[in-house]
Amino acid sequence: MSEYIKPLPKPSPTSRPYWGAARRHELQLQHCGACSSYIYYPRPRCPNCMSDNLKWERVSGRGKLYSYTVVRRASTRSFADAPYVLAIVELDEGPRMTTNMIAPPDQLKIGMPVAVYFDDVTPEQTLVKFKPA
Amino acid sequence: MSLKNQAAAIGFAELKPLKDAPPDLTPLMLMARLTADAIADAGLAKSDIDGFLVGMPSAEPGFIYPASAAEVLGINPRMLNVVDIGGASPAGMIWRAAAAIQAGMCSAVLCIVADLNRVGDQRVPVISVQREFESPYGNIGANCGYAMIAHRHMYEYGTTPQQMAKVAVDQRKSALKNPLAAFGDKPLTIDDVLNSRMIVDPLHLFEIVSPCSGGSAVIVASPEVAKRAKNPPVWILGAGEYSNHSSITYAPSLTESPIKPAADAAFKMAGVDRKDVDLICPYDCYTITVLVTLEDAGFCKKGQGGPFAAEHDLSYAGDFPCNTHGGQLSFGQPGLGGGMSHVVEGVRQLMGRGEGRQVKDAALAYVNGNGGIMSEQVSLILERRS
Repeated sequence: MSEYIKPLPKPSPTSRPYWGAARRHELQLQHCGACSSYIYYPRPRCPNCMSDNLKWERVSGRGKLYSYTVVRRASTRSFADAPYVLAIVELDEGPRMTTNMIAPPDQLKIGMPVAVYFDDVTPEQTLVKFKPA
Repeated sequence: MSLKNQAAAIGFAELKPLKDAPPDLTPLMLMARLTADAIADAGLAKSDIDGFLVGMPSAEPGFIYPASAAEVLGINPRMLNVVDIGGASPAGMIWRAAAAIQAGMCSAVLCIVADLNRVGDQRVPVISVQREFESPYGNIGANCGYAMIAHRHMYEYGTTPQQMAKVAVDQRKSALKNPLAAFGDKPLTIDDVLNSRMIVDPLHLFEIVSPCSGGSAVIVASPEVAKRAKNPPVWILGAGEYSNHSSITYAPSLTESPIKPAADAAFKMAGVDRKDVDLICPYDCYTITVLVTLEDAGFCKKGQGGPFAAEHDLSYAGDFPCNTHGGQLSFGQPGLGGGMSHVVEGVRQLMGRGEGRQVKDAALAYVNGNGGIMSEQVSLILERRS
């Protein structure tokens, strides 16, 4: 297997539970006990109400394709394997995520239902991607 | 209290962007030339410059930058700062200069940007959250974000590739009359744009700005200093700024940008209507950026940017002059000098120095600066009084 050369996340104290859950193939988001917002990406406090009453909750992993692009020419060498599909998914719980769609571009439509797909890119790191549902 | 009529642009300098980055050039060499040229253009002496706002050159960045750059240039400022709001930095400098002048901190501010196109493969974001949640998925550089905005705009409003391409085509018409435009040598058709290589669907090569080397400078001065300037003063009538995201994924909307609050604030301060504006200079890193700006700055209804561009002649000779220097798409993007090109063109036209592309009787201009992925917005209203 060839070496994985794309950038990898460097988890922070704030985000470590998120990436840890992804490694176990679970999508977990912070949920604010004060205003009931779901939060992505992980924050030190709720960006809606500034509460520190945040708990990790497993969410559905279901959402809709909000927008996407087929990157045919990447701006860095690490993505020289372009084309790839960069996407924004809106989760059923509300937040949007930057992600990749694992599907041929001609099968994609904005607004289509999608489901989470856990991509174990290295033995230590899993990225959160999506497939058509 | 507002910034209305508190300061004026009285001189500028602008270099023709170079497509390469000559090894014997540095950003500070360009800044030295621009400083000398802008001061001469305004008819001032170097000792008149007592404020210094500078953009951080990507080719030669550094901490505590303003004092070191000012020292090289021999300027002793009473106010100095880097303005770091991406492509909106130059427009942001203009109102910050006016605010410092209004506050009595200084009287003639040099707003200056220069850079060399040496970014190469180093487009790795330095914002830690972007490194963690964007880069691993390949959301690197600006192309992807704008492509997803364009795609969503097509989905929500039926905007077409032809309508987007029309922006680049009309701006090229003006660039043909701009000797400083890096891409101003031959006309462009809608077919040329749509037949150029697809880079990030739905954006083609000719809808995407080209990084260049170069720079520009504008001097903003108090009414007292403006009286002894060589050029007719171009007054800052209104300004507004707004930001509501960094990555486009976390913006409240992909298609409704923070331009609206910035533009509304600028027009309210200026006390003028959209219909009074003689030309607009909206930031144009991509064709879609101009359509969204037309909508959110209030020149057409939301979602109607595409049909508006298709129905109007946006060239200097047209019924709705827009980016009469060719925009960055045809002028080139010498780092932050891309964003300054919109300010300079607004000032140039209002001073009546548009030469072969002069907009007749231009008295009022709208300028917009845009940073990141529609992240930071600065709107300016500029006026020349008869």
